[in-house]
Amino acid sequence: MSKDIRIKKGLNINLVGAAEQTTSKAVLSNVYALNLNDFHGITPKMLVKEGAEVKAGEPIFYNKNLEDMRFVSPVSGELVEIIRGARRRILTVKILADKEQSYQTAKTFDIEAASADAVRTALLTSGCWPFIKQRPYDIVANPDVTPKAIFISAYGTAPLAADMDYVLQAKEQELQAAITALGKLTPGKIHVSVGKDSKSPLASATGITLHKVSGPHPAGLVGTQINKIDPINKGEMVWTISPQDLVIIGEFLLTGKFNAQRTIALVGSSVKTPKYYTTKIGAEISTFLYASGVKEEKFRLINGDVLTGSRTTPDGHLGYYNATVTAIPEGDDYEFFGWNKPVFNKISSTRALTFSWLNKNKKYDLDTNTNGEHRAFVVTGRYEEVFPLDIYPLQLLKACMVKDLDEMEQLGLYEVAPEDFALTEFICISKQPHQQIIREGLDLMYQEIG
Amino acid sequence: MGMKEKLHQLKLKYQGKKMAPAFNAIHTFLYAPNETTHSGSHVRAVDDLKRTMNTVIMALVPCLLFGIFNAGYQHYSAVNGFPADFSIMEHFITWDNFWLGAITVLPLVVVSYGVGLLIEFIFAVIKGHEVEEGYLVTGMLVPLIVPVDTPLWMLAVAVAFGVVIGKEVFGGTGMNILNPALTIRAFLFFAYPTWMSGDKVWVHEGVQRAGTADAISGETILGYLAQGNSEAMYAKYDLSEMFFGFIPGSVGETSTFLILLGGLFLVFTKIASWRIMVSAVAGSLVMGLIFNGIVDAGWIPEYSKFYGLMQFDFWKHLIVGGLAFGIVYMATDPVTGSQTNKGKWIYGFLIGFISVMIRVFNPGYPEGVFLAILLMNVFAPTIDHYVVQGNVRRRMKRLKNATILPKPSDGKTAELKAETV
Repeated sequence: MSKDIRIKKGLNINLVGAAEQTTSKAVLSNVYALNLNDFHGITPKMLVKEGAEVKAGEPIFYNKNLEDMRFVSPVSGELVEIIRGARRRILTVKILADKEQSYQTAKTFDIEAASADAVRTALLTSGCWPFIKQRPYDIVANPDVTPKAIFISAYGTAPLAADMDYVLQAKEQELQAAITALGKLTPGKIHVSVGKDSKSPLASATGITLHKVSGPHPAGLVGTQINKIDPINKGEMVWTISPQDLVIIGEFLLTGKFNAQRTIALVGSSVKTPKYYTTKIGAEISTFLYASGVKEEKFRLINGDVLTGSRTTPDGHLGYYNATVTAIPEGDDYEFFGWNKPVFNKISSTRALTFSWLNKNKKYDLDTNTNGEHRAFVVTGRYEEVFPLDIYPLQLLKACMVKDLDEMEQLGLYEVAPEDFALTEFICISKQPHQQIIREGLDLMYQEIG
Repeated sequence: MGMKEKLHQLKLKYQGKKMAPAFNAIHTFLYAPNETTHSGSHVRAVDDLKRTMNTVIMALVPCLLFGIFNAGYQHYSAVNGFPADFSIMEHFITWDNFWLGAITVLPLVVVSYGVGLLIEFIFAVIKGHEVEEGYLVTGMLVPLIVPVDTPLWMLAVAVAFGVVIGKEVFGGTGMNILNPALTIRAFLFFAYPTWMSGDKVWVHEGVQRAGTADAISGETILGYLAQGNSEAMYAKYDLSEMFFGFIPGSVGETSTFLILLGGLFLVFTKIASWRIMVSAVAGSLVMGLIFNGIVDAGWIPEYSKFYGLMQFDFWKHLIVGGLAFGIVYMATDPVTGSQTNKGKWIYGFLIGFISVMIRVFNPGYPEGVFLAILLMNVFAPTIDHYVVQGNVRRRMKRLKNATILPKPSDGKTAELKAETV
């Protein structure tokens, strides 16, 4: 059974540098790293010391507040460095990979017959759990809450996003295993969304409710889909998982091995030949970045897409949740009368001598310039045009800025994640940091209400 | 070393200093800054506040130019008599008209921008924030909504009052409750009423010549109507003159035609809200129709002082006085107006409705649009509150059906599954 979701409000940001649909194997990385910033709100506690030998899939640290939740090494090798920040907070854990990879293997079990508790324990101890995120708060899911539904979006509408239909090819078995197992953890439905004309391997899975989504970005964001399918109420909990992480979960359930391998899209206008690479979580980005080549010296490397990714460098490492790595030119230059002359080569949400409305399919080569300075909120009614959720974006942002918990709750903060505000941030005339405002609002609420 | 590099060096020199906002204001006026994204989205759309404000100014320039010619035209016509067979090229767009208009109107613009921006710069330097662009539009609006002979010192005092009390005390651009341009207009109106109303102030030298043998007057159309002289008014001005703006009035408000073009431009560029404009027009038409209906029903005698304005055809209200100007350029101010789309419909409608109501019932000064907008500025947050409450209530209603499930640690999830699926 499939239901159609059509999104009208939104904006497609068409950029130059989409990945060609060919996949290469990236060179093996010497050092792999887990960046703890990827796990928002987790206080890590180390299980092994610097210098210890670990196998792929062996736990290296756990969540201090939830001891069962383990985080495992993506490769086998020697744990060479633990980088700490202020107050000895762990920032990054680095592992020097062995030439010959060895895996810690867990006992496999009959997924069909397994109990919910068995599945939960297996996912927690194997290091698969952190792939499951929860809303409200957009953090790693709390295993001690039963979600009312699970949402999986296999439709990438973000700028230059990896084509999920392509990267999930031939992974039917793993996906089905993961879905069957996750189905045990919720009495509700597993909602899977695919593009309208997609041939996603996920569409044929059993035990799911399929939704066909069409429309501009943010139609592919799981937050938009939740809001249209089954919005979150106060006290409710839903889980979200990205399809590529389902593959890792599925493979673990089938083979007992934690295989951190994934196919990522290397994209952006600074990349010479943007295409797909298979590599592992935590691999050094230079191992595939320079295989494709970069065009200019000054470019911004982003772990993720241009709207929601985090900044990194060529010697940085692939993030835990990423399916995309983007490189775009830095825009740290002045532009003579940039504020009043007609603009043809940048995207705009207005028509104030800006001409991106003339041709909706034109592809742009955007840089990281803010195109203006930070200002107080002035104009109104613009965000609503790109924000399809049944929420007042400006009012919610202001509630977060003044830390009014009651109003944040009433206006629907439970339903959103920072990524839902990436588009409003993109078009914001006052150049306000929307995603940061929402993140801080969510953190405050988690702290105060939990 | 080009100018770009020189300015960049200067910017680094000023960084962190007290005068940095003042320097940056001028620097960013020449060059869009070299700032790159730091958090969240790595790319940004091209629109910024400067571009937004600049678009509004572009929409105002035709009104300003027309106001300059009209200032001259009204003066010479009042002195020499109106031309019998009026032609635009011969009688309106002339060097004489332009010159007279330029020396009367441009000083208003200079004083408005000079005083206002000076205060903005001072506040930016004291408070250490960047100079925000809000005043670029306010400074252009002010000279367009005052009588042509407004003494410059008066304007300076009013601008200082409006910017400090109307805006800066609330925290500057984006934080004000009342429209600053209208605050300035209201200050002038209540502090110097004799300079803001009557039949002498709308034409250059009208006040100076009063009581002499060369006395001239230029009664506005609303003025005629308020005194019940509609025949005299129709004898002097026909409909096309009202629509195209060859009538006395505040500097830039007379040409409904150019205001309409400006309004269409603002709607097309998506800078101003079409919802407010459309609903304000609707509101004024409805109020006008009600008054016409009252007159038609014979409920009001001809000698009533309200009769003149009440019998004025409902749609003509839009082409005389400041109503069109107010609807297009002032009611649509996003900061002081309603912020929700639904709220904008209500807000605009009430502005139009109340404008015409005040116009008819205000005996001393037959124009109400600035009071109506200021009044609705005050009510805009209330309107928004009720609109947003609708969303909140919808969410509350949903909450009743919330599925809150027991924790796995209670061991009841297995049974739940059987029930719900």
